[in-house]
Amino acid sequence: MGKPILEIKDLRTHFFTDRGEIPAVDGVDLYLNPGEVLGVVGESGCGKSVTSLSVLRLVPSPPGKIVSGSILFKGKDIVPLREWEMRKIRGNSISMIFQEPMTSLNPLFTVGQQITETVRLHRGVSRKEARSITLDMLKKVGIARAESIIDEYPHQLSGGMRQRVMIAMSIACSPEVLIADEPTTALDVTIQAQILELIRRLNEERGMAVMMITHDLGVVAEMCHRVAVMYAGKVVEEGSVHDIFKNPLHPYTQGLIQSVPRMNETRERLYSIPGNVPILSKNMQGCRFAARCPHMMQRCLEALPNLKEQEAGHSSRCWLHETPQEDAV
Amino acid sequence: MAEVTVNPSAATAPVMEEVSGPWRDAWRAFRKNKTALAGLVIIVFFIFIALIAPLIAPFDYKEQQLMDRLKPPSSTHWFGTDDLGRDLFTRVLYGARISLWVGFFSVIGSIVAGTALGIIAGYFGKWADMIISRLFDILLAFPSILLAIAIVAILGPSLQNALYAIAIVNIPTYGRLVRAKVLSLKNEEYITSAKAIGMKNMRILLSHILPNSLTPIIVQGTLGIAHAIIEAAALGFLGLGAQPPEPEWGKMLSDSRQFIQKAPWTVVFPGVSIMLTVLGFNLLGDGLRDVLDPRMKN
Repeated sequence: MGKPILEIKDLRTHFFTDRGEIPAVDGVDLYLNPGEVLGVVGESGCGKSVTSLSVLRLVPSPPGKIVSGSILFKGKDIVPLREWEMRKIRGNSISMIFQEPMTSLNPLFTVGQQITETVRLHRGVSRKEARSITLDMLKKVGIARAESIIDEYPHQLSGGMRQRVMIAMSIACSPEVLIADEPTTALDVTIQAQILELIRRLNEERGMAVMMITHDLGVVAEMCHRVAVMYAGKVVEEGSVHDIFKNPLHPYTQGLIQSVPRMNETRERLYSIPGNVPILSKNMQGCRFAARCPHMMQRCLEALPNLKEQEAGHSSRCWLHETPQEDAV
Repeated sequence: MAEVTVNPSAATAPVMEEVSGPWRDAWRAFRKNKTALAGLVIIVFFIFIALIAPLIAPFDYKEQQLMDRLKPPSSTHWFGTDDLGRDLFTRVLYGARISLWVGFFSVIGSIVAGTALGIIAGYFGKWADMIISRLFDILLAFPSILLAIAIVAILGPSLQNALYAIAIVNIPTYGRLVRAKVLSLKNEEYITSAKAIGMKNMRILLSHILPNSLTPIIVQGTLGIAHAIIEAAALGFLGLGAQPPEPEWGKMLSDSRQFIQKAPWTVVFPGVSIMLTVLGFNLLGDGLRDVLDPRMKN
C-alpha cells in the first residue's frame, strides 16, 4: 500500500473546562492509506468527532486544545503549522462533511454562491469558470436539476439534497482526504444508502481516501476497508472490516457487534453493553472499559494495556490477548 | 400537468413561486402586516415632506414677522405663528429634515460602530471581548440622556454634536445585540464548515456572520431611530442640540412652553410631529421584528 496519506500519532486533544481537564482524545494512533476508506466507530462521546476536528485543527479553542502528538499529512506534521498554512490544506487537500446537512449551509446564500466561493478560494479562477465547476460538481454528486438547484436557497432543498450539496462543496477542490463525520445520521434510510453510495463512488473514481466517522456498524460493514474502534478517547481495536466483524478481539468490539440487531436470529432482547461511558478525567487508571467488561481481571484496573498487533493488520488493546510474561510492568 | 415536469429530485422541493429568497419572503410577509405598513406610510410621508420642504413652505423658516406674533392658525399661517412671528407650518416642515437627519445618521453611526465592536467581541472572544464588553458596561452605567448631555457639554452645544452624542450613547445597544447574535452564530455548523473549507476569519465575518446578524440590527435600528429622534428633541429642549434659528421640533417645544396657555398651537404642532414620526418608526420596527424574527412566525 505504500506510505499512509494521513497518519495520526499519539494525538491528545484535551478540553480545559471548569470541571478540570478532560482528555477527549487521549493518545490516538490512526493511519489512512491513499484510496482507502477507514471507519472510525464508537459511542457518543468517545472522541471520534474531536479526533476528526483535530485533523483540520478546528477544535473549538478555548476550551479545546491539541496538547501533544502529531498529525502527518503526506509525511508532514500539520500540528505546528501556522493558521494561514492550515487554511491552504482545509478544503483543498483535506475536506470535511458534517452530520447536520440542515445547518451546514448558510441560509442567506444560494447553493451556487456557496460552492463557487469555495472554488474561487482555492483555485483562483474567474467567476464564470467557478460557476461551471460548481455545476459540474452538482451533477457529479447526482443532483439532476443542477442548473436550477444552483440558484436555490438551502431552505428549498431536502436534507438529502443538502448533504449532496455539502459533498459537492467539499470535493470541489479535489481533496485527497475526505473526513465524513456521521454524514448520514440525520438522513432517512433510503437517502442514507444513496449518500453512502455516492461517497463510495467518489472514493473509487477519484481515489480519494475517506475517514468515515460513525456509530453505525451497518455503515462500516458496507463502506469501509479498515476499521478503528474507539472507546473513551482511545483506539481499542483496529483491523480490516473482515477481522473486526468475524473475529472481534476486544470485549468492547464484541459487545458492539452483539448489540446490532440481526434478521436471521430470534433473540428475546437485544444485547446491550451494561453501564455507561466513563466520565473522562486526567487521572484514569487501568483499562477504560474495565468497569463494563465481562472479562474484567485485577490487572485491568491497575494498568492500561497497549494497542498490540495480534495477527497481521489486526490489533487490540486488551490484557486478554497478552500472555503474562510479555508484560513486565 | 402543463408546467409540472416529473423529475426525481424536483419531487423533494416544494412548489415555489418563481423568485424566492430570504429577503423576498420577508417582504411578502411584511406586506400582510397592516400596522407595519401604516408605520412605513407615515415614515415615507415625513421623508417626502422633508425632501420637498423648500418647495412647499410658504415662508422662510427664519423670517420673523413681528407684527404677527403668536397668531392662531389661519389661512395664511396654517399652523399659526410663534412668539417671533415665524410661520409654524414652515418650521414644522423644515423640522422634519432635522429630526430625520439626526435620527438616521446617529443610528447609522451607532450601528456601524456597535456592529464592528460587537462582531470583534463575539467572534474573537478572549481579551477583545473583555475590553469591549467592559467598555459597553461603562457606557450603559450612565443614564443615556445624562451621558449625552455630558458629551455635548464637552463638544459644545450644536445639532451636529448632539448627533454625535446620541450616536455614541447608543453604541452599546447595538454592540451587545450583535455580540450575542455572533456568539450563537459562531457555533452554527455552517461556520465550522466554512472554516473546514479553508476560509479566512475576515471572510467568514463578512460573508457569513455579518449577513446573518443583520435582521436584529435592522429591527433595533428602526426602533432606535424613534429613540434618537426623542433624544435629539430632548437635547434641543434643553438648549444643547439645535441652536436658533434652526427649526428643531424639541427646540420649538422649549421655546414655546411659556405660551402653552396663550398659544397652544405653538407646542401642539411640533409635539404631534414628534409623536407621529416616532410612532411611525415604532410601528415599522415592530412589524419588521414580526417578519424577520423566525421565532415570531407561527
